[in-house]
Amino acid sequence: MMETLFINYEEAVAIILFGIGFTMVLFQKNLIKKIIGMNIMDTGTFLFLASTGYIRGRKAPIIIDGIQKTEAYINPVPSGLVLTGIVVSVSVTALMLSLTIRLYKRYHTLILDDIYLLSRHQAEDR
Amino acid sequence: MNVIHNFPLFTVLLSLFSGVLCTRLSNKAAKYYTAVLQVLLMALSASVFFYTLQTGPFTYVLGEFPAPWGNELRAGVLESMMALFFLLVLFCSCIGGWHFLDEDIDESKHNLYFSLIHLLTAALMALAWTNDIFTGYVFLEILTLTSCGILIVREIGRTTLAAVRYMILNLLGSGLFLLGVSFLYDITGHLLLVPMGDTIGQISGDPHEMMVLTLSLTFLTIGLSIKSGLFPFHFWMPDTYGWSTPGSASILSSLVSKAYIFLLFKIFYRGIGIEVFERMPLRNILFVLGLCGIFFGSVSAIRENNLDRMVAFSSAAQIGYIYVGIGIGGSAGYTAAIFHIMAHGLTKSLLFLSAPRLAEASGNSLLFKNLTGSGLRNKSAGFFFLMASFSMIGIPGLAGFSSKLLFAYTALYSGSNLKWLLTMLMLSISSLLNTLYFIRTDIRIYNSSFDRQALGEKEPGENGQAPGALSPAGSENPAIPEAPAADSSEEMAPLPLSKADKGQKGRSAAPDYIVPATILILLNIFLGLYSQGIADLINIGLKGF
Repeated sequence: MMETLFINYEEAVAIILFGIGFTMVLFQKNLIKKIIGMNIMDTGTFLFLASTGYIRGRKAPIIIDGIQKTEAYINPVPSGLVLTGIVVSVSVTALMLSLTIRLYKRYHTLILDDIYLLSRHQAEDR
Repeated sequence: MNVIHNFPLFTVLLSLFSGVLCTRLSNKAAKYYTAVLQVLLMALSASVFFYTLQTGPFTYVLGEFPAPWGNELRAGVLESMMALFFLLVLFCSCIGGWHFLDEDIDESKHNLYFSLIHLLTAALMALAWTNDIFTGYVFLEILTLTSCGILIVREIGRTTLAAVRYMILNLLGSGLFLLGVSFLYDITGHLLLVPMGDTIGQISGDPHEMMVLTLSLTFLTIGLSIKSGLFPFHFWMPDTYGWSTPGSASILSSLVSKAYIFLLFKIFYRGIGIEVFERMPLRNILFVLGLCGIFFGSVSAIRENNLDRMVAFSSAAQIGYIYVGIGIGGSAGYTAAIFHIMAHGLTKSLLFLSAPRLAEASGNSLLFKNLTGSGLRNKSAGFFFLMASFSMIGIPGLAGFSSKLLFAYTALYSGSNLKWLLTMLMLSISSLLNTLYFIRTDIRIYNSSFDRQALGEKEPGENGQAPGALSPAGSENPAIPEAPAADSSEEMAPLPLSKADKGQKGRSAAPDYIVPATILILLNIFLGLYSQGIADLINIGLKGF
C-alpha cells in the first residue's frame, strides 16, 4: 500500500492538496482564505490530471524535427483539460473576489459568520 | 446530413451569441429579444423532438472528428424533451419575472440580466445535448456562474450573502465533480460518454478497477448532489431562492438544480452503463438520502413563517423524490424521476412567480401573518398559487398527482419489499405534510376576515424590534446602524395598504403574469391528464438513451 503511494507520489500529493483545499473551503471562516482554499483544491486536481497525462522521458506534443511517432510525445488531452480547468478556476475566483468586495463594502468584515449575524439584524424588504 | 441534425448545436450557439448581443441592446429591446429568441429555440427543440421520435436518436459530431477523439452532441427523444421543457419554463419565468425587474435591479443593468439569462440558456442546452463528460463539466461551471449572476443582480446584502454561500457550496461540488471526471478519465481513457461506458463494461469484472470506479462515481455524485440540493446539502436553498428576484428564483429552483440531475443521469446511464450502476451500493444510499430529503424538507417547510422560504424547503423535498426514483432503479424508476423533474419544474416555477405577487398585495411582506387574505386582493395570483399548491399536494388531474402515482407503481414493481414499504410510507407522510403546509397557506391567503387594523398595529412592533436588538452589537460598527433605520422606514411606508391596494387592482390582470402562469398551469394539467403518454415517451427516450 505505502509502496504504491510512493511510486505514484504525484497523485498522492495531488489528493492531499485537494483535501487541504476542500477542508479550507469548508471550515475557514475568512472569505479570502476560503477563496485561497478553492484555488488550492483546483490546483490539486490539475496536478492529478497533468501527472496522469505525463509519460517519463517524452516530450510535449508539438511536432519538431519531423518526428511523428506517438511514442515520442506525452498524452495531450489531460494538458488540454488542465488548461480549460485553469480558465474556469480563474473566472470563478474573479467572481468570488468581486462578491467578497461587495460584502466587505456593506458589512466591513470578511468573517462569514459575522456577516451572517449582521445581515440578520438588518430588516430588508420582503 | 439532414438540416435538423444541426439544430442542437444551433440552440447552444444562438444563446451564446445572444448573450453577447444583449449587452449592446437597450433594456426594452433585450427584454423582447429574449422572449422571441426563446420561442425560436423552442421551435428548434420541438422539431428535433418530432424528428427523433420518427427516426430515432442521432449524434452530431463537432468538427467531423470521429467518436473516440472528437466532441459530440447527441439528440434523442429524452434530450429534446428536456431541452423543450427547460426552454418552456425559462420562457415563462423570464416573462413572469419582468414585472419585478424594475424594483429589484438597477435600471442600467436590465439588459445585462437578459445577457446572463442567455448564457444560462446556452449552458442548459449544452447540458441537455452533450455527450462528453468534460463539456458537461465546463457548461456545469458556466451554469453555476450564470446562476450566481442572476442571483446577485438584486443588489442587497442578504442576496449577496446568499450568493456567496451558494457559490462556496457549488465550488465544492464542482471540485469533487472535476476530481471524479479525472478518475474516470484515468481508468477509461475516454471523455466521450459512450466509449467510456464500453470500457467500463469491459473492466467492471475487475474488483480493483471497480474500487476506483466506485470512488470516482462517489465524487461525481456527491458533487452533483451538493449542487442540486439533495438532503444533507439542502440548507442553501431557502436563502438562495428566498432572496433572489422572483424570475431568478423560479429559474434556479425549477431548472438549474434539475439540469445537474439530468447530467448525473446521463453519466449513470451512458457513461457508467446502467447495469454496472445498478450493482453498486451507491443507488441505495441515494434512495435513503432522497427519503430523508423528503421528510426533512417538508418538516422544515412547516416550521417556516415566510412564504418564499417555505416553498424553497418544499423544493428540497421534491429533489428528494427525484433521487428516490433513481434509487428505486429500473426503467420505471428513472421514468418516474424524469417525469417528476418536469412536474416539479412546472409547479415550482408557478409558485415562485405567484408568491411575490401575493406579497405585493400585502405590503411587500412574505410573512404569513401579513399574507392573510392576499388571494382576495390579487385574485389571479391567488388562483394560480392555489392550483400550483394543489399540484404539489397531489390533487388528481394535476401533474403532482401523476408523478406520485408513478412513484407508487414503480416502488410496487421494484421487486424489493423494503423499498416498496419505505416509498409508500414516505409518499403518504410527505403528502400529509405537503397538505398541512400548503392548505394552511391556501386557507390563509383566502381568509376573508382580514383585519387591516391588526396588520397595521403588529407591523411596527415587529420592525421596532430589529433596530433595537441591533444597536448594542452595531454600535461598534459605524456603518451598520444607519442601514436598518432606513430600511424599516421604507418598509413602514407601504403599510397604509389602501394606496398599494389600488395600484395592485389595476395590475392584477397584467398579461406578463397571466400568460406565463396560464401556460404553466395548462402544461401542468396536460402532464397530469396524459401522464401515461408522457411516461411512454420518456421510456422510448430511455431505450435509445
